[in-house]
Amino acid sequence: MIELQGLTKRYGDKLAVDGLTCTVRPGIVTGFLGPNGAGKSTTMRMMLDLDRPTAGSVHLDGKHYRQLRDPLKVVGALLDAKAMHGGRSAYNHLLCLAQSNGIPRARVAEVLDTVGLTSVAKKRSKGFSLGMGQRLGIAGALLGDPQVLLFDEPVNGLDPEGIHWIRNLMKNLASQGRTVFVSSHLMSEMALTAEHLIVIGQGRLLADTSMADFIAQNSRSYVRLRSPERERLLDVLSGSGITAVTAGDGSLEVDGADGARLGELAARHQIVLHELSPQQASLEEAFMQLTAESVEYHAHSAPAPGPAPGPQPPGSGWGTDWQKKGS
Amino acid sequence: MAVATQVLQSEWTKIKSVRSTVWTLGLALVVTVALGILISALSKSNFDKLSPKERLTFDPTFTSFAGMGLGQLAMIVFGVLVVSNEYSTGMIRTSLAAVPQRGTFLFSKITIATLLTLAVSMVTSFLAFFLGQAMLGEHKASIGDPGVLRAVIGGGLYMTLITVFSMGIATMLRSPMLSLGILMPFFFLISNILGAVPATKKVAQYFPDQAGRKVMQVITLDDDAPYGPWGGFAIMVLWVVAALVGAYVVLRERDA
Ligand SMILES: Nc1ncnc2c1ncn2[C@@H]1O[C@H](COP(=O)(O)OP(=O)(O)OP(=O)(O)O)[C@@H](O)[C@H]1O
Ligand SMILES: [Mg+2]
Repeated sequence: MIELQGLTKRYGDKLAVDGLTCTVRPGIVTGFLGPNGAGKSTTMRMMLDLDRPTAGSVHLDGKHYRQLRDPLKVVGALLDAKAMHGGRSAYNHLLCLAQSNGIPRARVAEVLDTVGLTSVAKKRSKGFSLGMGQRLGIAGALLGDPQVLLFDEPVNGLDPEGIHWIRNLMKNLASQGRTVFVSSHLMSEMALTAEHLIVIGQGRLLADTSMADFIAQNSRSYVRLRSPERERLLDVLSGSGITAVTAGDGSLEVDGADGARLGELAARHQIVLHELSPQQASLEEAFMQLTAESVEYHAHSAPAPGPAPGPQPPGSGWGTDWQKKGS
Repeated sequence: MAVATQVLQSEWTKIKSVRSTVWTLGLALVVTVALGILISALSKSNFDKLSPKERLTFDPTFTSFAGMGLGQLAMIVFGVLVVSNEYSTGMIRTSLAAVPQRGTFLFSKITIATLLTLAVSMVTSFLAFFLGQAMLGEHKASIGDPGVLRAVIGGGLYMTLITVFSMGIATMLRSPMLSLGILMPFFFLISNILGAVPATKKVAQYFPDQAGRKVMQVITLDDDAPYGPWGGFAIMVLWVVAALVGAYVVLRERDA
């Protein structure tokens, strides 16, 4: 169990984390989502007492991190896969961590085996691929058999097999009753792993909800209709008790409707349709919509192919963005 | 405290398991001893050309330590790398997550590195002395002569303290390049230049290296330093203590 209370971090005049209050519960994987620069890594560093909170506090099973005697036995973390001395062998890297927390030497070989690095245990980590480095970092997190696990973007740079492996690992750890807190900026990734979601943007809490609720609320399926006789189509639809909303580009959107039924209805009234297409707003879109206001670093993208569902992020261009940031 | 012994053990594993330890310490020993031998041999062959006053103030012990000025640079590199490698590799976050008690972390690391440095420095100092004296022939000093054993032990202590001082500075500065960029020119050039110029000598003699070097000298006839061998050594110890206190104060509150 991790409890954040009004957690705040200020770097100079930059508020990286802003009064974050939430609880991460054991037994499930909790996804920690936010766009780039939202404050995810900063929050995790404060959980480990690496960065000092400007205000607020973090409690891990009721204790401050610095009060823990052998912290690796309580909390295991993968913050940055490269947080190791490249000249040291994988085995020695883990051994020095184990010794500092009174963890038996035999455990080093065990975790190396778990992450599949036994064959390169004596090799210096400098030569490791990104994925191998990530695995070594995870071995370090598992070393003390901790009840709380923090992973900062663990799938970064992993191949599909590695991603699959991490996903299962996190689910397994959670099913053993551990607290698993994992950050990502990919909603689709979290949808496959996390049972609970904490979403932040510009350091502020935007959502704290179960995955099921988030999906129910946000994965809207609808049918898009386009017709030269829009007004008549609207009348026919409402005559049949179907509500349609007019989208920005003049098309009609009907929530949760059956495409076939709409087509038959139009045919019966001899209305010409130019488009009838079932649509599914993805979780990714829902997430983008949720965080749109707080996205800090907008890419200046080429016009999206076809009309994008959902409102555009406000001020999504350099032109307006710098004004917003300067204010 | 149980925790401290764990961390000491961990730091010993860390220091053993990187190549730079052997490289830098080995280089310090070889450079100091080899240069000491060379300069001792040159001094012997040049002895006849010395003026009577120079012969009177000739210090065979200190002559065999002539390589320390260069050898200490390798020691400084060792001291800086032991600390700043943690920062340049990102290991510091892993280390502090494992040992969040920052004082325990810092002083365990420095203790282990200091003990290793002390062992290497003592071997270096005694080797430099005995091999250097062997080159000096009839002009040599004997370890039993007054003040000589003190000077040889002092040579080992001097190298150790220079290294510990570097660790303290590197902890404050974090960056290996910045730390080396300040320490190397300071101890190799600036301190010596300021110590040679009469106008700045009064100040420079209180620099850690100049004060500390006193303990390695046996014959100090033409010396007007206001402190004796152990007095100078004490001044150097004060510098080291100041660097360590600074390191602790900075590390304690700083974001890793
Ligand atoms: N040490 C620091 N000094 C100054 N500013 C910092 C520091 N660390 C983070 N920041 C700022 O704080 C904000 C949050 O950064 P953080 O790395 O926590 O975001 P994030 O959510 O992890 O982003 P990403 O998805 O890109 O990893 C950013 O605007 C960043 O520039
Ligand atoms: Mg991050």
